Amino acid sequence: MAFRALTKGLFGLRHSRGVTVKYSCDGHFATAASIQSPQPQTDDVKEKILQLPLKSPDYFRVSELFSLKDLFNARVHLGHKQGCRHRLMEPYLYGCRLDQDIIDLDQTMEHLQLALNFTAHIAYRGGVILFVSRRRQFCHLVETTAKECGEYAHTRYWQGGLLTNANIQYSPGVRLPDLIVFLSTLNNVFQQHVALRDAAKMNIPTVGVVDSNCNPSLVTYPIPGNDDTPVAVELYCRLFKMTINRAKDKRRQMELLHGLFTPTPSSS
Amino acid sequence: MASSCVRVVGSILGKCANCSAIISPVTLQLFRQVCMSSALHRKNLAAAGPEQFTAEFVKKQIDEFEVGKRHLANMMGEDPENFSQEDIDRSIAYLFPSGLFEKKARPLMKHPDEIFPKQRAVQWGADGRPFHFLFYTGKQSYYFLMHELYGKLLNVEKHQDRLRAKGLFSSDANSMSLGMSRWFTKEELEVSLVETISTHDLMERLLSMPYCSLEQQFILQYRRQLEAQSMHQIVQPLQQDEKGVAYSSAEGLRKTSRSSVVLRDCGSGRVTVNGQDCHHYFSVLQDREQLMFPLQFMGVLGRFDLKCTVSGGGRSSQAGALRLAISRALLSFLSEKEGEAMRQAGLLTPDPRVRERKKPGQEGARRKYTWKKR
Repeated sequence: MAFRALTKGLFGLRHSRGVTVKYSCDGHFATAASIQSPQPQTDDVKEKILQLPLKSPDYFRVSELFSLKDLFNARVHLGHKQGCRHRLMEPYLYGCRLDQDIIDLDQTMEHLQLALNFTAHIAYRGGVILFVSRRRQFCHLVETTAKECGEYAHTRYWQGGLLTNANIQYSPGVRLPDLIVFLSTLNNVFQQHVALRDAAKMNIPTVGVVDSNCNPSLVTYPIPGNDDTPVAVELYCRLFKMTINRAKDKRRQMELLHGLFTPTPSSS
Repeated sequence: MASSCVRVVGSILGKCANCSAIISPVTLQLFRQVCMSSALHRKNLAAAGPEQFTAEFVKKQIDEFEVGKRHLANMMGEDPENFSQEDIDRSIAYLFPSGLFEKKARPLMKHPDEIFPKQRAVQWGADGRPFHFLFYTGKQSYYFLMHELYGKLLNVEKHQDRLRAKGLFSSDANSMSLGMSRWFTKEELEVSLVETISTHDLMERLLSMPYCSLEQQFILQYRRQLEAQSMHQIVQPLQQDEKGVAYSSAEGLRKTSRSSVVLRDCGSGRVTVNGQDCHHYFSVLQDREQLMFPLQFMGVLGRFDLKCTVSGGGRSSQAGALRLAISRALLSFLSEKEGEAMRQAGLLTPDPRVRERKKPGQEGARRKYTWKKR
């Protein structure tokens, strides 16, 4: 199936929340594919729950959460000065006024919609989302956002092997994040955050707000936009919080809906 | 060959569904003994970190401790139900007397929770999601403390802003009185958080704000109360003897001398030491000066009658002990301010200097043997 080709985290997800399947001891069944579990309904219901959001492009209606006017008012279009510009950010820039780069908000709208949609799908499937930002100004805000979503945050000094050496940094058998959201891709010394490279090594998808001085190449879902202004960062935090809560509520709703019909094969 | 035997066994048992469960004990017997070199046994012990004890192991130790406690109580002939930790310590000291100087090297029997360091329990649920939202930082309790602290700081600032807007802000309003307490040391904090930390100074900033008493309870959590260091002089009350003469007594010490003095307000100025006259006992002027100094300092030389007893030590230390005793006895005749003057002069402080022991490899306490170049 298509969704099995997605990240390994989702695959692991499926197994971890799978029902204990008892294999029957008869020698009748020839191939593995035809082994049916004694509760086909639960498996089917789970498949349906997971497949349903994939049918429409914007199932969680994330594009309703923000408008171009909101982005403009939050000063998302303001980049850094021309001298700080990164070469790979040039496609995302609208232009340059009085030496300051202006980010193209139309492109930002599309990228933001894609990123929020992806986050919503991950949250829907119960994935672990890690918010990363190394800006001291917004450390408290990001941690509070993560706490309110029920997800995780890391706004402190990034120790070397947190992702790549996880079995030793934490205990063996730890579950790594399924998505990493960067509110700022740079660290305190204006270099690319180590977590970007580590996430790419560990096959973890990333969503990141890239400013005009950042390198967007390693970010899976970049969001070109301002990462320095408090208003902009508050806007991003609010948007992520709303999408994640929306997705989780939807999931709970679906489970309740289908949970009522678990014993009998449902057609709803 | 062992391998072919394995294959044969495998094919026979292959039909059965639960093959994996049955093969292993059989094949174990068929494997050859493989000798491993000692290099494979060598492990990097330092890299493993402090020893981890599993929860079941600690639980087993606790059960053994409880059983052992009851046995010990029976052995000592005491009630097993009410056998406290002090009783255990006493019994162990009785049954296993040890002359070792290092207290930690002596035999001890304590509850396993005090012996085995606190471990972290498993930090995530059945689906793998960690419980704490800062789990992926590595030091969740420490960073959570930082986060909370910053939240409280913002809270206090917001409160201050509100008051400023109303015009009620005053910069000298009730700062917290910390009194006799000190901050947790880094080691204590590490123990309480079960993590290693590096220094940080947010707490000081919180304390510097005038309205920090809002967060009093939070701050006090991280301060340890010092034992009451009451260095106040216990002023002896004035007593009256049968003739109506006021007197007071006090004790003093210096090195190994112990003295006791009775100060009578008769106005004669006589001094008796151990039954003898003070000129007899202390032939040296310096010792007599030491005796008289407190009275001379307060200007009451001729007013009091001294009856002293002193034992131990040498000439000079006995004089010093008597001086301290006289000063303490004098406090009850004087006012607060004069007593404070005496304290400032150093008359009421017992001299802590005692003889330092001789160390092995040296000739005395500090003197080393003559150093020869060759």
